[in-house]
Amino acid sequence: MVSSLIGCNMYDVVVIGAGPAGANAAIDAHDHGLRVLLIDEGRDAGGQVWRPKSGSILKASVTSIERKGNQLREHLQKSEVKRKFETRVWHIEKSDNGGWIVGLSGPDDEKQVTSRTVIIATGAQERIIPVNGWTLPGVLGLAGSTALMKENLLPPHGRSIVAGTGPLVFYVASEIQRLGGNVTAISTLNSKLDWCKALPSMILKPRLLFQGLCWVLSLYLKRIPIFWRTGIITIEGENAVEGVTITKVDKDWAPKKDHQRYIPCESVCYGQGLLPEISASRLTGADHYYDEKLGGWVPTIDDLGRTSEKGIYACGDNAGILGVTVAPISGKRAAQAVIEDLKGENPGAGQSNLKMMQKFGRAMTVLNIPRSGLIKFIDDETEICRCEGITKRDIDHEIAHGAQSHNAVKSGTRCGMGPCGGRFCMDTVAMLTAHHTSKTREEIGLPTARPPLRPVILDTLSGDLDYDDLPIPGVSPL
Amino acid sequence: MNKGAVSQVQRSEKISFQFDGIDMDAYEGETIAAALFRAEVSHLRDAPNSKNPRGLFCVMGVCQECVVSVDGKIVEACRTNVSDGLIVNRVQYV
Ligand code: FES
Repeated sequence: MVSSLIGCNMYDVVVIGAGPAGANAAIDAHDHGLRVLLIDEGRDAGGQVWRPKSGSILKASVTSIERKGNQLREHLQKSEVKRKFETRVWHIEKSDNGGWIVGLSGPDDEKQVTSRTVIIATGAQERIIPVNGWTLPGVLGLAGSTALMKENLLPPHGRSIVAGTGPLVFYVASEIQRLGGNVTAISTLNSKLDWCKALPSMILKPRLLFQGLCWVLSLYLKRIPIFWRTGIITIEGENAVEGVTITKVDKDWAPKKDHQRYIPCESVCYGQGLLPEISASRLTGADHYYDEKLGGWVPTIDDLGRTSEKGIYACGDNAGILGVTVAPISGKRAAQAVIEDLKGENPGAGQSNLKMMQKFGRAMTVLNIPRSGLIKFIDDETEICRCEGITKRDIDHEIAHGAQSHNAVKSGTRCGMGPCGGRFCMDTVAMLTAHHTSKTREEIGLPTARPPLRPVILDTLSGDLDYDDLPIPGVSPL
Repeated sequence: MNKGAVSQVQRSEKISFQFDGIDMDAYEGETIAAALFRAEVSHLRDAPNSKNPRGLFCVMGVCQECVVSVDGKIVEACRTNVSDGLIVNRVQYV
């Protein structure tokens, strides 16, 4: 134990993640006189949604999304919240004095801090259903492509296919066009009916609805074909993307094999929504539950964001995928909970139309809920674990031989033990396990939470993870 | 006509770096991934087990597909800035 030496805590609250939720939480807590540290692995605040432009861009037109990010960054600057950027949290553990120790890996020498409370605002990661060819260079995650475009103003190469679910598909396609790229087709699993069902909730946020309609309209005007109720079944190419085969789907999103079409292209952006990034909250021991309408596994929280662990709070997409409209308020509410708990004051953070925004967010998340037929997109030979090269056949075999949980599949195949920490295969493994065993996602559970939280350096020689390569001197992570 | 948004972009000074022995251009302040992307180098490494080619994927430091070698250290190209004269190599697994 490194921890026990420290008697008093350095901070009242450490906020992990400087997106719209975390940054707002940090600002409010700071304004109420708490000692705050805000940590993010990016170069500046904004998170993925308000990701700042790279330092190489001196001048460019500013979009409305960017403007919001800029406002947040200016606000933070003025508030003098203590910040650590390009810093990753790799561990969180309870200290002997009832506070928390947060293990850091970043450019400065401080390798850990202590705090009375921790607000977790780690956001989301992408859900990408594996298909043959998804490992080819030229295939980008849908959210990944927004990162590339927001940061560098670079559209994907050549002719692009944009595919997947939810509103992100249309946003990405319209951004590619705006940045001078070339979208050759859009393929979405959703039907027009799915969108009609979302409409009543979308009307609650007319400005966002209008923005969405503008994206779609701009695509129609450029005569970019939108293939509704279709998905990518194979991505073709030798050493890079050369084309995709898309297929019609039935109402469960199972591919209809006789309705296929080949489309040549040089790049693919695809993804099926977002998953709450819960590895940090899980490591604290807080309770979690499964709710597909919130994007999957989420921490159990009260209405202000208190988890079941004393001193641990969650806000933003990692507490349920509700998007950027809800995130700032949810951050402020988490700060309110901390202020109440530490100072006994009630700062009365905004309730203002939270319900309405949650309804909007949920309607968008519902468009992404994976349906049962999706696993039929995955071929026996498809690599499910990109890191370790483990195919669906390997995983099916493990499940057929009795593996009923993540941990069992993992120890049988090494699936999820690669450098990405299972972030791109875990959800698929659970889908396959549910399919083969008829167990619910709750029954299947989650793999044991273990540090390090964030991806760590690969060992050069063996391709294996070696803890000696961890950028954390002098502390054993396990 | 939609070139508008990009044509007005003003970027920083050009610098140069090497990728696998080949000279490349970059803009000061961008990531290795961005510079290679602009040069249309999409194949960043071969996977250790299947040996199949890999490139940029999540662009947010999660998937580890973009790792490259800089000064014998493995870094994420999507989170590491390029600098003038930087020597970057493809990761070799044995
Ligand atoms: S592209 Fe995924 S870590 Fe860089």
